[in-house]
Amino acid sequence: MSAANGTPPAPSTGSAANGNGRRPLLETRNLSVDFGGLHALDGLDFEVHEGEIVSVIGPNGAGKTTLFNAITATVEVAAGDIVFEGASLLGLDPNRVTARGIARTFQNVRLFANMTVLENVMVSQHCRTRQHAFGALFYTPSFRREETEIRERAEKVLSFFGSRLVGYRFDQPAFTLSYANRRRLEIARAMATQPKLILLDEPVAGMNPVESAELTGMIGRLRDEWGFAIVVIEHHMDVVREVSDRVVVLDHGTKIAEGDYAEVSTDPRVIEAYLGHGAETS
Amino acid sequence: MIGRGRARSGAPRTGVDWFLTFMRVAILTLVAVGILAFIWQEIDTDNPFARWANPDATGLTGAQFRGLIISGVAQGCMYGLIALGYSMVYGVLGFINFAHGEVFMVGAMTGMITSNKLADAGLWESNFIGSLIFIVIVSMIVCTLVAVIMERVAYRPLRGSPRLIPLITSIGVSFFIQNASIVLLGPAAKAYPDVPDWVKDKHTFIQIEGSRILVVVVAAVSMGVLWYLVEHTKGGKAMRAVAEDAEIAALMGINVNRTIVKVFAVGGAMAGLAGILWGILFRSVIHTTGFLPGIKAFSAAVVGGIGHLGGAMAGGLSIGVAESVGPLLILEPLGVSGVSQLRDAVAFAVLIGVLLLRPAGIFGERLPAEDRT
Amino acid sequence: MTATLPPQTGAAGASAEPPPAASRPALAQDWRRLVRMGAVGAVAQVFIALSNMPVRLDERVIVKPVLSLGYLTLLIVPFAAGHRVGHQVKREGMAVHAAGAHEMAGGAACGAVAGGGLSLLAVLLANFDLREPLVNWSPMLAELLAFGNATWFAVVIWLVIGAAVGALGGALRLLGPRTRRAVVTMALAVGGAAVLEPLVVDLAEGMRLEALTDWLYARRGGINWTSALGLAAASGILAVLGRGRIQQARTHIAALEGAQRTRTNGLLILATAAVLIVLPLFAGKLTNELLANVGLFVLLALGLNVVVGLAGILDLGYVAFFAVGSYSAAVLTAATSPRINPELPWLAALIVVVIITGLVGLFIGAPVIRMRGDYLAIVTLGFGEIIRLLFLSDWLSGWFGGSQGITKIPGAGIFGLTSVAGTDPRRVFYLVLAFCALAIYVSWRLERSRLGRAWMAVREDETVAEAMGINTVNVKLLAFVVGAVLGSFSGAIFSAKVGSVFPNSFLILVSIVILVVVIFGGMGNIVGVIAGSAVLIGVLGGPKQPGLLAEFSEFKLLIYGALLIWMMLARPEGLIPSVRRSRELHQQEMAQDAWLKGQVEDDNHDDGSSGPQAAPAT
Repeated sequence: MSAANGTPPAPSTGSAANGNGRRPLLETRNLSVDFGGLHALDGLDFEVHEGEIVSVIGPNGAGKTTLFNAITATVEVAAGDIVFEGASLLGLDPNRVTARGIARTFQNVRLFANMTVLENVMVSQHCRTRQHAFGALFYTPSFRREETEIRERAEKVLSFFGSRLVGYRFDQPAFTLSYANRRRLEIARAMATQPKLILLDEPVAGMNPVESAELTGMIGRLRDEWGFAIVVIEHHMDVVREVSDRVVVLDHGTKIAEGDYAEVSTDPRVIEAYLGHGAETS
Repeated sequence: MIGRGRARSGAPRTGVDWFLTFMRVAILTLVAVGILAFIWQEIDTDNPFARWANPDATGLTGAQFRGLIISGVAQGCMYGLIALGYSMVYGVLGFINFAHGEVFMVGAMTGMITSNKLADAGLWESNFIGSLIFIVIVSMIVCTLVAVIMERVAYRPLRGSPRLIPLITSIGVSFFIQNASIVLLGPAAKAYPDVPDWVKDKHTFIQIEGSRILVVVVAAVSMGVLWYLVEHTKGGKAMRAVAEDAEIAALMGINVNRTIVKVFAVGGAMAGLAGILWGILFRSVIHTTGFLPGIKAFSAAVVGGIGHLGGAMAGGLSIGVAESVGPLLILEPLGVSGVSQLRDAVAFAVLIGVLLLRPAGIFGERLPAEDRT
Repeated sequence: MTATLPPQTGAAGASAEPPPAASRPALAQDWRRLVRMGAVGAVAQVFIALSNMPVRLDERVIVKPVLSLGYLTLLIVPFAAGHRVGHQVKREGMAVHAAGAHEMAGGAACGAVAGGGLSLLAVLLANFDLREPLVNWSPMLAELLAFGNATWFAVVIWLVIGAAVGALGGALRLLGPRTRRAVVTMALAVGGAAVLEPLVVDLAEGMRLEALTDWLYARRGGINWTSALGLAAASGILAVLGRGRIQQARTHIAALEGAQRTRTNGLLILATAAVLIVLPLFAGKLTNELLANVGLFVLLALGLNVVVGLAGILDLGYVAFFAVGSYSAAVLTAATSPRINPELPWLAALIVVVIITGLVGLFIGAPVIRMRGDYLAIVTLGFGEIIRLLFLSDWLSGWFGGSQGITKIPGAGIFGLTSVAGTDPRRVFYLVLAFCALAIYVSWRLERSRLGRAWMAVREDETVAEAMGINTVNVKLLAFVVGAVLGSFSGAIFSAKVGSVFPNSFLILVSIVILVVVIFGGMGNIVGVIAGSAVLIGVLGGPKQPGLLAEFSEFKLLIYGALLIWMMLARPEGLIPSVRRSRELHQQEMAQDAWLKGQVEDDNHDDGSSGPQAAPAT
């Protein structure tokens, strides 16, 4: 899976996604989420294939984050189904969803602020490790082996971001990190859960242009080197253009357009959604 | 938006879920069987089902049953008045003021001291209603002061700290007030002076003691006054605004600190009133008086849905009636002996049961913005 | 030097604070603050006097013949008020203390106001009789306040004493840091020697060092004033000489790396263990009894620490597990148990007890574990009370003896090491010590495991922890059960030690006392929790167990309550805080500190390839 052919999959995957006959990694069917009468998501069909980077865009309140929350089981689904690797995710607790292989980051960074950088990443491997109280109490060889593994894996994940989160930073509490590094640590934490699919909620928000360009490159490397499928919610159009194999546009909880960046960016419905009804007339 | 509102529908998923479902079913079954057995025993104590449930069943006479309900209602009114304080503080500050029960105890103590002094002066017998009004006013003032000082000293410096911190502090305050009462007033129970006959006697065609009528009437009136204050005055609007979102309220020019002090003051006054009602109902007070009624009143606030004034009163009534009727209605028919000892346990069980079955209370919660997430 | 703010001015926000008078003359006193502080002191003084503390504690002499514990309670308030009020001025918006004679003057004035409370009380005592509600409104109090003289003497003397002590409190601010430390050490040495008197006498007897105690203590209690001076001088000199050394040793140990540090820690632990094992051999019954009591509470506190400190679940019904442990051990071992009496040997019974308590922990934990933290606290409190009520009820009295309890419980026997109920506290202590070691090991190992990290994450942010794949319900439930099992150990030892169990030994206040102990010592820190129990239970005593200051038994719960409030306001992280807990409580300040030291990176300079310019400290 991590092979990904060295190069990104053919750009045609986007528009031809439905036609190539592969079973999607994640698929939502007719997904609806209600917030007391307001349809945050309204019959959404959405799918992600293995090794694909999909961007989800749309104006504020379009239901992008709600989609993530619905997938990770933090909001109640009113109707429809979410299928991951052929099995439904409905009715699972959030931690089971993560264990199935979906990890996420949060729009407003939510790290374990008082834990160190390394601990943040170590604790995220919880669902991939097995040692329980018994091993810890008797300090069994398998416990020690697993602790070493957890640590090594955490260090490996952190080294993905170059020198930013390694070395002395391992033992610094997360709240001392800069904003950009907090975002990176969140991604590292998601990577450490060893997912198949990562949901990134506005990963470059609040970053300066240099950092955001760098992170854009990293999103591509996440797919190429680690083999993750990725869904990105993003407002920065240059990032969307750079990373996406396919772009999905949401408005009022429904999908109004889908396709590669060029197609979507010229779609009149998208322009209308962003600029409002008056856009064409004025 | 992310929060506890996770998908709860559907079948139980984990061991804990199974266990909880089992508990819910067990609680409901127990209650249902108990009530059925009670009804059977009422019809005839000698039929097989009643005998199976409890061979010694005697059933209750109509008068006994009525008496239980009435005493439950009277106590429930008192719990409701205390619950108002919990509910309002929780609504505004989002923490349980554990020491509120002690404010109630201070009220009962103040009433005891004042009424005994009045009795010494002979006023208690000669002008009972006047003395009663006097001790109510004194007790309300004292309790208001205690509540406000408590807020100032123990809670205000903690504004904005992690939410369990003020809770722990309030446990300390509760402990302190209780033990201060022991060292100042002594550890023994102290009695109220004798009340006039018309308070002791039973009245009306359903034979209610005057004290109970008095309690219900006073509670209803003060509830009405409080409702008017909160819904229709400027101060009340400020309270509701702060409860909704303290930060925005401050931006709108409301003095948040003063509003919070007012909330504590009103809660304290109600607890003081409830303290006097306790004195009239039970005519005896001790330093632990505040603890159990406090917890029960908190349960009442939760049962009614915390943050609701009406809910607090409704919750108080349900807890009061449940603890008074519940043991005899459900446990006794099932053959549990010595049930009156278990009334406190029943009150707690109601709290636990309600939180299990309907975590947001009967009327739903009204919580400060940051807790609603 | 930033001064400690009184809570009044410390309250942040858009409160109705008096506007800082910018143009105040530099050396004038802040009279409003001074009077306010003095008034609070006066109220405190009157409260202490009316609580009967002075009269009751007058018998316990601290320094013979100058000072008794009773008078000490009255002196401490003006001293604290005087120290606190000092001479505070606002400089650039920050409250600072201006050192100088004005500190003393302010302290004296404040102390006088505080002492004035007692003067007023003396007048009232002489003229009114309020004995009816206030049980301690007695001539004895009046006599004590007036030192046996007339009322006017009391009025004058307390104003004078208040002023003098307040001035001393203010003067403490004038001393340089080293001198101040020496003075504080001297006071602590004398006070400590007085408090520890029963312990020291007992130990000295065991070690044949009666000469020392004869020199130090007067025949009928209290330190001789000459010895007190000697002790003060010695400790002062030691403080001046030794301070640098201790600091050096500390930094030395802190600087040690990896294996070496482990070795040093191991040596320290071994040394402590050796002392604890050898000490009881030289101690008499009193000391051993005390040690056993402290040990029991250490065990309870360690259990609660797993629940509260590590997993962050505020369990107010912890006494339930203590009760279940005690009762099930009693039922399993005692021949007199009403319904079932298998009369198992203690160790075999313990295994069953652990299983039962674990199940009870699951049973109580499962319904509450998903509740919000504060609801959980109240509901666990409810469960704690329900369990006691059930043990008390007639319904189950056929099983547990109701209010009669279960008596004649045999002692705990482990492979020949028998400790028959209470008669040999030394053996009880060794038993407790063994289980404490076990509890320490368990909490230490668990904290540093996958489970411990998960607890940490749950404590920080439950929603995110769940999103990161942690089954929060199971993890929290496990903490609950581990806590329950640790609590059951001390329950089982308790019933064997006391030889009988009654429902009234398991009041909610036991839970609260354990909570105070944990918080006082420092939530989440094993050393802190142990120190907290040792200090509080050792000195003040447990809910029913006497401590070194046995005279305090009436007042200890009051003090526990006050202590809990004060800890939460002043030092919520406890005496010996865990690093992480203090981070949680002081995140903002720490972030600020880090920023000032240049440890926080600046986004703009974050070029990614190089670390920070400053050497990476810690």
